[in-house]
Amino acid sequence: MIEFRQVTKRYDSDHTALRQVNFGLERGELAFLTGHSGAGKSTLLKLIMVMERPSAGEVVVGGQVLNRLPRRQIPYIRRHIGVVFQNHQLLFDRTVFDNVAMPLEVMGASPRDTGRRVRAALDKVGLLQKEKMNPIQLSGGEQQRVGIARAVVNKPPVLLADEPTGNLDPALSADIMNLFGQFSQVGVTVLIATHDIALINEMGRRTLKLDHGRLVAGGTPVLGGGVHGR
Amino acid sequence: MAADPRKKAQSTRGANQARAPWREQAESYFIHHRKVARDSANRLLHTPVASLMTWTVMGVALALPVALLLLLTSLQGVSAGWESSARVTAYIELDVPLERARVLGNEISGDGRVAGVELEDRDQALAEFRASSGLEDALDYLEDNPLPHTLLITPEEGARSTEGVEGLVRFIEGMEGIERVQVDLGWLQRLNAMTDLLARAVWALAILLAAAVVLVIGNTVRLSIESRRDEILVAKLVGGTDSFVRRPFLYTGAWFGLGGGIVALILLQLSLWWLSGPIERLAGLYRSDFSLDGLHIDGALALIIVSMLLGWLGAWVAVKRHLDDMEPGDIAGGA
Repeated sequence: MIEFRQVTKRYDSDHTALRQVNFGLERGELAFLTGHSGAGKSTLLKLIMVMERPSAGEVVVGGQVLNRLPRRQIPYIRRHIGVVFQNHQLLFDRTVFDNVAMPLEVMGASPRDTGRRVRAALDKVGLLQKEKMNPIQLSGGEQQRVGIARAVVNKPPVLLADEPTGNLDPALSADIMNLFGQFSQVGVTVLIATHDIALINEMGRRTLKLDHGRLVAGGTPVLGGGVHGR
Repeated sequence: MAADPRKKAQSTRGANQARAPWREQAESYFIHHRKVARDSANRLLHTPVASLMTWTVMGVALALPVALLLLLTSLQGVSAGWESSARVTAYIELDVPLERARVLGNEISGDGRVAGVELEDRDQALAEFRASSGLEDALDYLEDNPLPHTLLITPEEGARSTEGVEGLVRFIEGMEGIERVQVDLGWLQRLNAMTDLLARAVWALAILLAAAVVLVIGNTVRLSIESRRDEILVAKLVGGTDSFVRRPFLYTGAWFGLGGGIVALILLQLSLWWLSGPIERLAGLYRSDFSLDGLHIDGALALIIVSMLLGWLGAWVAVKRHLDDMEPGDIAGGA
């Protein structure tokens, strides 16, 4: 589902964020991405989102080589990738429902369809009762779950998360991780960037470890042990 | 491997959901447009003072050239009215007798370029002058009638152009016994030259003011883009196309244009009402049926459409400059 082939990302002559990174993630696989801060975790996620283009090598998502993707095709790729941020990026000028509905609105889904799918997503994260509230009225954990609902509302095959539990206490973090586990079980490829080592150890999933832009662990394609791996 | 078929099934279902039948998709496209249009309008109405100021700036900038254009059209109407009544006056030498003058008149009226000739004999002219000038007593002191016989010549319709009349004048001047030929076209030509000049100036002004309107709207929309930065980034992040992200701002521009057009219409109507009294009096003094025409319904509609297009264009400039290079990379955080 996601494949990096000898990917290097250089921002300018003296700063190389990623060096010859090689790895592959299967459909339905859940993996962690870890490393010290500045190791290149965000850059790697940005390459998958086509927010950045690699300096060398190839990034392949869903069988499509992103390097050569024309600029106006980028939105259509992003519709297949859900993203969850540490600071969740919710909009406080609209309700929880409207926040979650954004990916559907962008796709031009019909209002009836939108209503049904938004409620399904909110139900999944346990916030169905709060659809009419403004996200600012919610707790940190609830806001994060709204962010997750928005990321999965259009059933993307890929789900990326950047420090999704950064601001949460351990119990809430476990909750959120549990959700990610459920998504991977229905075939979503999940990649979670975090430096919460305790959490990683507890989950016992494949872990990609970056160190100064190099992938030092978990890089071998498919062998890391995703749920549906061979 | 075992799980593959299930995933396949799921991905096809995803594709089906994404590709709704075209009718439904067109429908939701229109619903979306309506929603965005209404939303943009509501945003403007939520800040009434700021919006009204933008509308007024736009209205003034549009009303000025339109008012001048209206004035110009009215002036051109005047000169067109006078052109048809252009007349050539030929003064016959003082010592030419009335009989000879009559012959000259017949000769001229035989020319193809002439529609009619009227002879005004000198005694008749003096009598008229006496009656109309109020100089009766002074005229009594004159020994001789100082006025010549006069031929009033109306050119044929085809000869009413400047060159046609000039040719006619040359022909009459060449005849024996003619003292002087006068054409009343001089002032008309000057008026025409002036309205031509004025027309160019007005168009130049109109283009400059239109550019100003585009820039004003562009700047206003730029501010609105800045204030909705988060929303734009999230929309781009979840796969909003450029046109999706632009849409609300283009509508905002068009609504600014609509408001500006309406303000311009109101300003025009007000100034017309304000000026109509004095203009009527002035035209009356000149015995002219000149009147300053307002905008008709089609003109008003054209003004509003142009205004909306200018607003849209302004928004488009701002969107092109500031929106397209906004990338959601910024919110993804540091490395």
